[in-house]
Amino acid sequence: MKAALTSRDALLTYAIIAMTAGIAYRFPAFITPSSLANTFNDTAPLMILVIGQMIVILTKCIDLSVAATLALTGMVAALLDGAGVPLALVIPAAIALGAILGMINGLLVWRVGIPSIVVTLGTMTIYRGVIFLMTNGKWVNAHEMSDAFKALPRLHVLGLPMMSWGAIAVIAVFAVVMTRTVLGRSFYAVGGNPHAAVYAGIDVGRTQFAAFTISGALAGLVGYLWVSRYAVAYVDVAGGFELDVVAACVIGGISIAGGIGGVRGAILGCIFLGIIKNALPVIGVSPFWQMAISGTAIVLAVAVNALQNRPKGRLILKPDVPPSAQKVQA
Amino acid sequence: MSAPQSQNRHLPDRLQTPMARMLRSWEALLVVVFILIFTANSFASPYFLNVWNLSDATFNFTEKAMIAFAMAMLIIAGEIDLSVASIIALASTAMGLVMSAGYGVPVIVLAGIATGLICGAINGALVAGMNLPSIVVTIGTMSLFRGVSFIILGDQAFTGYPKEFAFFGQGYVFWVISFELFLFAVTAVIFYILLHRTNFGRTIYVIGNNPVGALFSGVRVARVRFILFLLTGLMSGVAAVCLTSRLGSTRPSIATGMELEIITMVVLGGVNILGGSGSILGVVLAAFIMGMVTFGIGLLNVPGIVMSIFLGLLLIAVIAAPKLIWRK
Repeated sequence: MKAALTSRDALLTYAIIAMTAGIAYRFPAFITPSSLANTFNDTAPLMILVIGQMIVILTKCIDLSVAATLALTGMVAALLDGAGVPLALVIPAAIALGAILGMINGLLVWRVGIPSIVVTLGTMTIYRGVIFLMTNGKWVNAHEMSDAFKALPRLHVLGLPMMSWGAIAVIAVFAVVMTRTVLGRSFYAVGGNPHAAVYAGIDVGRTQFAAFTISGALAGLVGYLWVSRYAVAYVDVAGGFELDVVAACVIGGISIAGGIGGVRGAILGCIFLGIIKNALPVIGVSPFWQMAISGTAIVLAVAVNALQNRPKGRLILKPDVPPSAQKVQA
Repeated sequence: MSAPQSQNRHLPDRLQTPMARMLRSWEALLVVVFILIFTANSFASPYFLNVWNLSDATFNFTEKAMIAFAMAMLIIAGEIDLSVASIIALASTAMGLVMSAGYGVPVIVLAGIATGLICGAINGALVAGMNLPSIVVTIGTMSLFRGVSFIILGDQAFTGYPKEFAFFGQGYVFWVISFELFLFAVTAVIFYILLHRTNFGRTIYVIGNNPVGALFSGVRVARVRFILFLLTGLMSGVAAVCLTSRLGSTRPSIATGMELEIITMVVLGGVNILGGSGSILGVVLAAFIMGMVTFGIGLLNVPGIVMSIFLGLLLIAVIAAPKLIWRK
C-alpha cells in the first residue's frame, strides 16, 4: 500500500491533481466535464502515439519517425478519400501503410543491424520528403475531403467524440497486451536483459521489429484521425511532434534504457503534457511559454526518476555509471 | 544492436599493413563518395565548377560542422546532445537582447558565446553531475532553451545588427576563403589535435568503450563528460554568432532541426552512434559530402525537402552498405 502511494505513477498523479486544482482554483471553468473532455480529446493523438513509442523504447530502441509516419499516412488517407475510396477502406489502408513504414524501420534495425536512432533519423526525413514528392508541396484542404472523412473523429458516441474513443480503445487493448500476452512480456524481456531474453527463447531482433510495426500502425491510425480532425493535410503536419511523444514517455517514467515502464505511466505523462497545453490559454499565459514549461517538466521528470531508482544500501565504489544511465542502445 | 549474437571470432594470421588499413578505412570510402558526388555535380550543372559558387557552397556546412566536431567527441564518449540547435536559438536571442540594449560587436559576440557555455554547463551538470541519461536530458533542454527564446521573442524578431557584425557570417578572410570557412578549418585542426593527440582525447575513447573500466583506471569520467558538454555548448555559441551574422536577424525558430543534420553529419563521418570510435577527419569529409550534395541538388533547382530525402537515404545507405557487404 505504501509502495503504491509513493510509486512514480502515484507521484505523477499527485502532480497532475495539484496542477489541475491550482488551475481550477482560479479558473473553475477548466474542470467542467466538457472542458476536461476537450482536453482529453486534444491529447488523444498523443496518447495513441505514446503507446507505440513506449513499446519501442521498452525494447531499447527509439522511433523518431512517428510524426513523419503520421504525416505521410494522413496525406495518403486524404488523397485516397479524394479519389473516392470509401472510408471503410481508407482507415485500414492508413493503418496498413503505417505498419509498413514501421516495418521498414524494424527491418533496418533487425536485419541490417543499424542503430534505431540512426534509422529513424533517416526515415523521418525520407517519409516527409515522400509527401512532398507525392503532392509537390500542395495542401489537401477541407473542401477537398468528403464529409464522411471529416465527420468520423467528431462523431459523438456516449458523450465523447470518436477521437477520444479511439484513444481509449488503444489504451485498453495495449493495457492487456503489455501485461497479459507473451508478446507484451517479451518487449519487457528484450529491454530488461537482452541476453537473458535470448536464453529464454525470445528473438530480440524480431521483437524489436514487432515493436516498430506496432508503433507504425498506431501512427498510421493517428495519421487519419489527425488529418480528418484538423481537415488539412500538408508536408509539415505534426512537425516536431515526435519529441512531444518521447517527452510524454519520459515524464511517464518509461526508462530510455529499456525494460521499465507501463501503459499507465505513459498515459499519465500524456495527461500531464495535455493539461499544460490546454491550461495555458485558460490561465492567460502566452502559448509561447509552453515549450519552456514542457522542457522543464522533462528535465524534472528524469531527475526525479533517477533519484527514485538510486540503488539502496552501502556502496563500496561510487557508481559513476549506473546501467540505467548508459546510452540508449540500438 | 544489443542482440547478443554468437560471433565467430576471426583471428587473422597477421595484421593488415598500414596502407591496406588506410584503403579499407571509412575515411577512404568517404573520399570515394565525395569524388563521385563532386564529379556527378560537375556534369549535372555547368555552374558547379566555379570558385565562387563552391565557396558559397561551404556556407551550407561550416556552422553545422563546427558543432559536429564537438558532437563527435560527445558521441564517441557515449553521450549525445540534442539541444545544440536550441542553444543556437537561445544564444542568438541573447545576442539580439544585447544588441537592442545598444552594445557593440564585441559584447554581442561575447553574449552569444557565453550563452552557449552556460547552456552547455547546464547540460553537463545534469548529465555528469546528476548521472542522468543524456538523450533524455537534452530532449528536455532542447525544449527548454528554445522555449526561453520563444518566451522572450514570441512572434517577433531581432533585426538591425550593426554592419561590422556581418563580418562573421558574410566576410572573407582571403580571396574566396570566407571567415566561416577559415574558422571551420581552424576548429577542425584544434579538435583533431584535442581528440587524436592528447591524453584527454584518449580518455574520451576509453569512456566510450567502457565507462566503468575508465573509472577503475582513474579517469575522471564525470569531469570529462562535463567538459565535453561545455565544449559542445561553446561551439553552438560560436555557430550561433556565425549564423546570426549571416542571416542578420534572430527568430526563435532559427536553426530548427539542425541537431538532426549535425548528428547525421557525425554518423556519416564514421562515428559509432553507440560510442567508442570515430575520427575528426571522417566528420570533416562528411561535412564536405553533405555540403556538396545539398549544393549540387540546389543548383538543379530541386527543393530543399527533396534534398533531405537524399541526405536521409545517404545516411542509411552509408551505414548499411558496409554491414551488408562485409556480412559473414
